Amino acid sequence: MHLASGVDPQLADLSNKLIYSAMVVYTIAMFAHMIEWTFGSKGAVAVRSQQQSGSLAETVAAVEAKAAKKVTVTVAGAGGSTTTLTRTAVAGEGATVVTSGRGAEEEDGPGAAGTSERADLAGRIAVSLTVLGALLHAGGIVTRGLSVSRWPWGNMYEFSCAFAFAMTAAYLGLLAARKNVRWLGLPVVLAGLLTLGIATTVLYTDSDQLVPALHSPWLAIHVSTAIFCGGAFYAAFIATLLYLGKDAFDKRIAAGLTTGPLGTSASIWRRLPAASTFDKLSYRINALVFPLWTFTIIAGAVWAEAAWGKYWEWDPKETWSFITWVAYACYLHARATAGWKGRKAAYLALAAFACWLFNYYGVNIFVTGKHSYAGI
Amino acid sequence: MSNTTTETELPPAPGDADAAAERLSTAPVESEGPVGIGTFGWARWMWRQLTSMRVALILLFLLSLAAIPGSLIPQYQNGQGQLKVEAWKAQHATVAPVYEKLQLFDVYSSVWFSAIYILLFVSLAGCIVPRTWQFVGVLRAQPPAAPRNLTRMPVYAAWRTEADAETVNAAAHRLLRRRRFRAHLSGGAVAAEKGYLREVGNLLFHLSLFALLGGFAWASLASGSAGKLMVEGEGFSNTITQLDDFNGTRFYGSENLDPFYLKLTNFTAKFQASGSQIGAARQFTANVEYSSGSDTSQLKKGTIEVNHPLEIGDSKVFLIGHGFAPLITVRNAKGEVVYKGATPFLPQDGNQTSTGVVKVSDYGDKDGQKTQLGFSGFFLPTAPVSFEGTGPISLFPDDAAPALVLNAYAGDLGTDSGLPQNIYQLNMRKMTQLVQDGQPAKARLAPGQTWELPDGYGTLTFDGYKRWASFDVSHRPGNEIALTGAVLAILGLIGSLFVQRRRIWVRAVALPGGGTQVELAGLARSESAKIAEELAELAVDLQDDAPAADDEEPAGDGPAEGPAEPAEPAEPEDSEVPADPTVPADQNAKE
Repeated sequence: MHLASGVDPQLADLSNKLIYSAMVVYTIAMFAHMIEWTFGSKGAVAVRSQQQSGSLAETVAAVEAKAAKKVTVTVAGAGGSTTTLTRTAVAGEGATVVTSGRGAEEEDGPGAAGTSERADLAGRIAVSLTVLGALLHAGGIVTRGLSVSRWPWGNMYEFSCAFAFAMTAAYLGLLAARKNVRWLGLPVVLAGLLTLGIATTVLYTDSDQLVPALHSPWLAIHVSTAIFCGGAFYAAFIATLLYLGKDAFDKRIAAGLTTGPLGTSASIWRRLPAASTFDKLSYRINALVFPLWTFTIIAGAVWAEAAWGKYWEWDPKETWSFITWVAYACYLHARATAGWKGRKAAYLALAAFACWLFNYYGVNIFVTGKHSYAGI
Repeated sequence: MSNTTTETELPPAPGDADAAAERLSTAPVESEGPVGIGTFGWARWMWRQLTSMRVALILLFLLSLAAIPGSLIPQYQNGQGQLKVEAWKAQHATVAPVYEKLQLFDVYSSVWFSAIYILLFVSLAGCIVPRTWQFVGVLRAQPPAAPRNLTRMPVYAAWRTEADAETVNAAAHRLLRRRRFRAHLSGGAVAAEKGYLREVGNLLFHLSLFALLGGFAWASLASGSAGKLMVEGEGFSNTITQLDDFNGTRFYGSENLDPFYLKLTNFTAKFQASGSQIGAARQFTANVEYSSGSDTSQLKKGTIEVNHPLEIGDSKVFLIGHGFAPLITVRNAKGEVVYKGATPFLPQDGNQTSTGVVKVSDYGDKDGQKTQLGFSGFFLPTAPVSFEGTGPISLFPDDAAPALVLNAYAGDLGTDSGLPQNIYQLNMRKMTQLVQDGQPAKARLAPGQTWELPDGYGTLTFDGYKRWASFDVSHRPGNEIALTGAVLAILGLIGSLFVQRRRIWVRAVALPGGGTQVELAGLARSESAKIAEELAELAVDLQDDAPAADDEEPAGDGPAEGPAEPAEPAEPEDSEVPADPTVPADQNAKE
């Protein structure tokens, strides 16, 4: 009689505690972001960006005094607006300073904190807490893996934890790269908490070894790329939703109304980036991730060939991955075709993400197929 | 796709009679288009519709919709599909015939699903083939000459310099070449283009989809799979007579089976022994010996595990199931051994509660009458102390406390009728259950125990047990084609999504009042804001050879030469260069 064990209960227990701690810290970060949004509404909107461009203009002026070369490029934007981009090269040093100013229409909002210093402080606290939460979260995932000496994404609970972490890490990575994405903080923390909440309550499975079907190096490749794609699609989904909201807000303002869609406060929308920024962001993420998603499906097919004998059997998971793929392909084609930009394409992106969500939760829970492992 | 004049933003090409019909897709207009043109006109109109981007998008959308029912309704082609479909049909007796008629149990080979993807691929071919030729033409021609009015381009910069116009043009030509543009200097202007890999990637991606489809098609025409169950110690030759079942296809029938011999020497299984997932499988290993070809004198050793099939010739052998085979010896009243062997029992649940039958067809005579014996019952690898309340079930999938539970029958098994029989079921028509003390005869045996059968029928001994494993012998050609197609598809996708195709023009013209006017303009063919930065970089570099004259504002800011007028849609992807005969406006429609 052979019995397999190989679970370190202490590490497994530590993993659970770390995940719960991460959730607590994320929750506090969420409140800090809410405070940021609340206090930020009292500051005057859009002043900071003017200050910012003012200081940039000073820099440019200082450089220009010594500049040998200067070029101004006129850029035509959507709807006949124009913006300019100026590039200057300082004589002798070869260094260049690039500045860009944008037309009034496309101006990005100043961010959640507006011009309020208190709100900015709350925002900074929120980001610090998110970093702390992410560290605890990472610790939880690593100890989970160590407790059973394998990759920590063998079942839906582990996949969800890794998936929420991928999303948070992507957001923090963008912040670290000095991108202006702090406005993404609240939705990311909310989405992360939601995912972790479902994982710890509905999907929880004790730390254990895997069924033989999962003993494969493809587990590290196929599942980790799926996790990354999920996190990125989620982020693009948030950007798409915000695009639709901001676009609706812009239209309402143009129509003379004073509030955002669904009775939301105008101050929130004013502080967010421009609709076109959201639109571009969601397109870029989706376009970036699409080849990786293709790779995930193909890696899955290669694995399926080794495990089940056929690389494609229309197993429900395969089918829904395919449906998701086709939906995102539709979206990308629509973007490249005249007349399908903007809201129509955004609806397609939402539909595609809905397919992804169903593929994850729906197929695993309601449909029985070959992707059912370890309880759920 | 070919002309995508489905949106009003794109003006119909002049002289194109069908353009109006294409722009609108409502029924009345559709009938307007081809009426009176005859069959050829209809065909041409249909072909144009089919290869239009809009129809391709609709087909793509339909494909994803059509794939949905197959994920919710059991399919014949999935694992154990037949059983699941039959069970589903029994549960939904009213709608089952309708579903059957709609091919909903066979979605992915149904007429309607096939129609969608075949149309999609025809549409794709109708678009990709002309586009490939077009692209070859583009590669053979010079980059399109600079438009007359550069200020109408999406990005634009200009300044005045004292340098000579020809020098500036030559410098710009050099500069663009150095930046690996395809550049061409003529007519006092430089035309340059870069990022052809985008179109290459785009074409590669769509072409490799055909390779994928080809691999799929070849696999469905020339593959076959067979099943074989072996008890430890048994072996078989891969021929139709020795296989349990075989599913062939048009080009791989029973006569094409790869010749090989395979023997299962032993099978090991490990299971989770504690925790909430107790009983979950952890490892299965089948140790085998095999030889390719028909020569069985020299056997090679090998192992087959889940995820690690064994490749023999062009076939792969997959481990798909396992179970127990109790070793049973039956003696008749005279004490002669009439049955001895390992009998595979089939697992019914995750804990290997297994059912099976023993058919003793050579029992001989009893009371001067030819008799056969049959036994049916359970093998339990970990039997509970008592079956009370639970019936005979196993508590754990491994052999912690094995037990054999049997009922006995006597009579005619029907094995002599010549009809094929299910070896896991008793034909009870002419069998009667043996009775002991007024109760149906029944025994629970531990390994080594012997059951004295009632009415002097003899004895049954439970000698022990072996494990069996079942294998799928799969011959599937075309995998390489599909994999190559898939890898090329990813490479193509990367090219078509991450490479930016753009054109840059530089024109230096001597001004009447002395000095030279330098103009730069750029057109990106995709959603990228980087073209402005690239143009600025280029312009700064160009100022090494054409320093801006200090006394003047950059010429591009003058109101007379202002940026694109609002009436003109200035989206890079939509607007098109007037002087560009080689590339139509819809060039990048499928990017």
